[in-house]
Amino acid sequence: MFQILKPGDTINFMRYSKPASLFSALLVVAAIGIMAVKGFNWGLDFTGGTLIEVSFEQPADLPQVREVLAEKGFNDAIVQHFGSSKEVMVRVAPREGIKGEVIGQKILAALKSDIDAGVEMRRIEFVGPNVGEELTEDGGLAILVALACILIYVSMRFEWRLALGSVSALAHDVILTLGVFSLLQLEFDLTVLAAILAVVGYSLNDTIVVYDRIRENFRRVRKGGPKEIVDISLTQTLSRTMITSGTTLFVLVALFVKGGTMIHGFASALLIGIFVGTYSSIYVASALAVNLGISREHMIPVEIEKEGADQEPLA
Amino acid sequence: MLNKYPLWKYLMLICVISVGMLYATPNLYGEDPAVQVSGKRGAEVELATVSKVTDALAQANIEVKSSALENGKLLVRLVKPEDQLTAKEIMADVLGSQFTTALNLAPATPAWLEAIGAGPLKLGLDLRGGVHFLMEVDMNAAIAKAKEQMVSDFRSELREEKIRYRGVRENPKANGVIVRFADEETRDAAETFLKPKYNGFLFDDSEADGVYLLTVTMSDDELKQTKNYALEQNITIIRNRVNQLGVAEPLVQRQGAERIVVELPGVQDTAQAKEILGATAMLEFRLVDEKTDVRDAVAGRLPSTSQVYQNREGQPYVLQKQIMLTGDHIVGARSSMDEYSRPQVNIDLDSQGGSKMSRVTKSNIGKPMATLFIEWLPTGEVDAEGKKKLEKHEEIINVATIQAQLGRSFRITGIDNPAEAHNLALLLRAGALIAPIQIVEERTIGPSMGKQNIENGMQAMIYGLTAVVIFMAIYYRAFGLVANVALLVNIVMIVGVMSMVPGATLTLPGIAGIVLTVGMAVDANVLIFERIREELLDGKSVQQAINQGYGNAFSTIADANITTLITAFILFAVGTGPIKGFAVTLMIGIATSMFTSIVGTRSIVNLIWGGKRLKKLSI
Repeated sequence: MFQILKPGDTINFMRYSKPASLFSALLVVAAIGIMAVKGFNWGLDFTGGTLIEVSFEQPADLPQVREVLAEKGFNDAIVQHFGSSKEVMVRVAPREGIKGEVIGQKILAALKSDIDAGVEMRRIEFVGPNVGEELTEDGGLAILVALACILIYVSMRFEWRLALGSVSALAHDVILTLGVFSLLQLEFDLTVLAAILAVVGYSLNDTIVVYDRIRENFRRVRKGGPKEIVDISLTQTLSRTMITSGTTLFVLVALFVKGGTMIHGFASALLIGIFVGTYSSIYVASALAVNLGISREHMIPVEIEKEGADQEPLA
Repeated sequence: MLNKYPLWKYLMLICVISVGMLYATPNLYGEDPAVQVSGKRGAEVELATVSKVTDALAQANIEVKSSALENGKLLVRLVKPEDQLTAKEIMADVLGSQFTTALNLAPATPAWLEAIGAGPLKLGLDLRGGVHFLMEVDMNAAIAKAKEQMVSDFRSELREEKIRYRGVRENPKANGVIVRFADEETRDAAETFLKPKYNGFLFDDSEADGVYLLTVTMSDDELKQTKNYALEQNITIIRNRVNQLGVAEPLVQRQGAERIVVELPGVQDTAQAKEILGATAMLEFRLVDEKTDVRDAVAGRLPSTSQVYQNREGQPYVLQKQIMLTGDHIVGARSSMDEYSRPQVNIDLDSQGGSKMSRVTKSNIGKPMATLFIEWLPTGEVDAEGKKKLEKHEEIINVATIQAQLGRSFRITGIDNPAEAHNLALLLRAGALIAPIQIVEERTIGPSMGKQNIENGMQAMIYGLTAVVIFMAIYYRAFGLVANVALLVNIVMIVGVMSMVPGATLTLPGIAGIVLTVGMAVDANVLIFERIREELLDGKSVQQAINQGYGNAFSTIADANITTLITAFILFAVGTGPIKGFAVTLMIGIATSMFTSIVGTRSIVNLIWGGKRLKKLSI
């Protein structure tokens, strides 16, 4: 039998809960600071503007492309390789006086006539400026609504201390993932927003599994205080946490490497989110619940007299 | 007995899985290169058309797989993809301009599968190439238009009823009009007369400086209806225009209160498409006010019922403000040459427009009538709400004397050149828009990009899946293999369900969603298997361990998946296009993976290990 952990020993997770909480808090503050200072490298979906991706027959000479575009009045164009040396992506900010949807065709025509007649259009995207603003609002709202719904569901199924713990963990994950995106200036587009919500889903999954065990152990294990119970639960679920994170990481690495450039942002956000999410279900969600004073009474069903009947005999 | 499923459970499982597999099979058949023919206005594809086409293709030695006439459309399937372009040209030649031919890839689903409603997955534009537009209707213009209409309606109705009013003008502060009367009785009479006719409007009386005012304002419902009408009309018109483009399987769909999504698969040259779709031209026929001197009018001395407009050369004309007819009554327009080889546009009206036209022109024979062409062009500025300001450009394109009482068909002459006549006719044919629209988002995906996206997605899936399958087999041995079977069935089920659900479209983020599901789907099995291992360590018997492993893990799995479903629903609600595609695959993936990894694996486990005396378990 393959095993990641030897059974029997309980790992003393909560012993490090104080420094870990401090560490998390520092990270969150740092992430918010980075976001405030550096902002985001917003994708076209949010800023509006025009993006065109072309593939040349020969490896493309970027300075030449820039020169040709500058001649046509696009001196603000961002020109970069995309995927391979033959593929080039050009991005132009929205401008006044000219219809945004015409710009793409203009650039394509310029590249065809001045550099390489065999230039192939891969994609052209134009997004109007106010569409982007709405998206930013809707996206932010979506994350907040998701957190609120989860808070309600977990409060109903478990207990408010745990609900608060799980939502804090989720907020922690979202903020840290956003922080990494800001720090590395990775492009933030719509698929990244979807990925962030998927991170919320994933991280919650992790937290719920741990909580379920904590609840069960509070009812079953009569010895030890909340800290010990949480430690036991975390240890019991640790190998599952690692295996699931592992299989999810496998597919995400596959997506990142093989999925093509259009899905990079999505894969990166999830990769970051899964690391952060696994950590947070231990040291944010559970530690916070302990600090909020979770105890055995909170977990015992109201119908006390029935309780003994469905319990396992204690070892 | 412990860990034995009754027969019906196995049957149910087999049943569900076979339905999923059945609906997934159309995806194995691929697509036929095809050419689709549809009739333009009036023209219909008939059996004679079909034989004409097939004869012509046979002559050109192009192998035809099948040709079918369905819903007034002819679909000719070809054997070789390289014949597709030639076939289209031949067919366009044979059929002439009354028909639209479009290249298409028709799913090669066998008839028996089609009969049960099965078909392959619908691919999003990011996977098959094409262009996506998001268009916004200018509602301010729609409301302004409605106010104008109210003013002219009120005037004619009060006049017909012989109620004397001092004036009717638009209310600058609200969505309505203000009518002025000399005394209270007349106003009350007008109110009693108008009120039942204008149900959705609010009437308000007031008096100022001896003038009695009647303020009529649209109610919120009426306002909503006006906006709705503008949007619906735009959608209808865009649909018509899209049909003229000759695109196979176009999509024109409403999005929210003010926007329209247009998706044109396979279209690469967006310039032409946009010219036709994005043009916001309107046409109005108005009488020339001959009583007012043009020079006086330019100097500002003109009656409030008239206004000065210019033609292309800058020559001013005084036109009556009242509109004889608007362009939305136009049902057909085509350019041609008159007897002196001058370009002209022949116009056909609908019956309502025809009788209106006939009524107005009857009493105005010999008088000049102007055709006013109105375009909205972006100024490059934005207003306080961040919307692009549109500037109204009005131009008289033609002033002609009404030669006779006009009916449902008439013509406009005096157009500069054939190209302009052609262009104008094209715009008129598609009808005129009540409110201008503008493109706020456009995405064009090249065909090679779409193919590559599919390839990338498949590769990622295969690599990811292989890694997970190998890991599970090594780590959980026999139970791992059971989980792997469930995982593969799960993927087939996702594909099957997605092919079944009418609105589900596979997009690139959707593929990512499936890949992600592969990684997360094994989670349920990991939870169960870890639990079984724990129970075994606790000293339970093999059968007890399996039973309690499944039992104890269930609520955890359910809780974890429900919360993920919540986030998927929210994504679905706020997302558009590709993001919705991701949310749909995620939801479907959660549902199918819960089924396969709980019920599916349990049945295999029960079948193999259930009810047997075992000392050890390969887990």
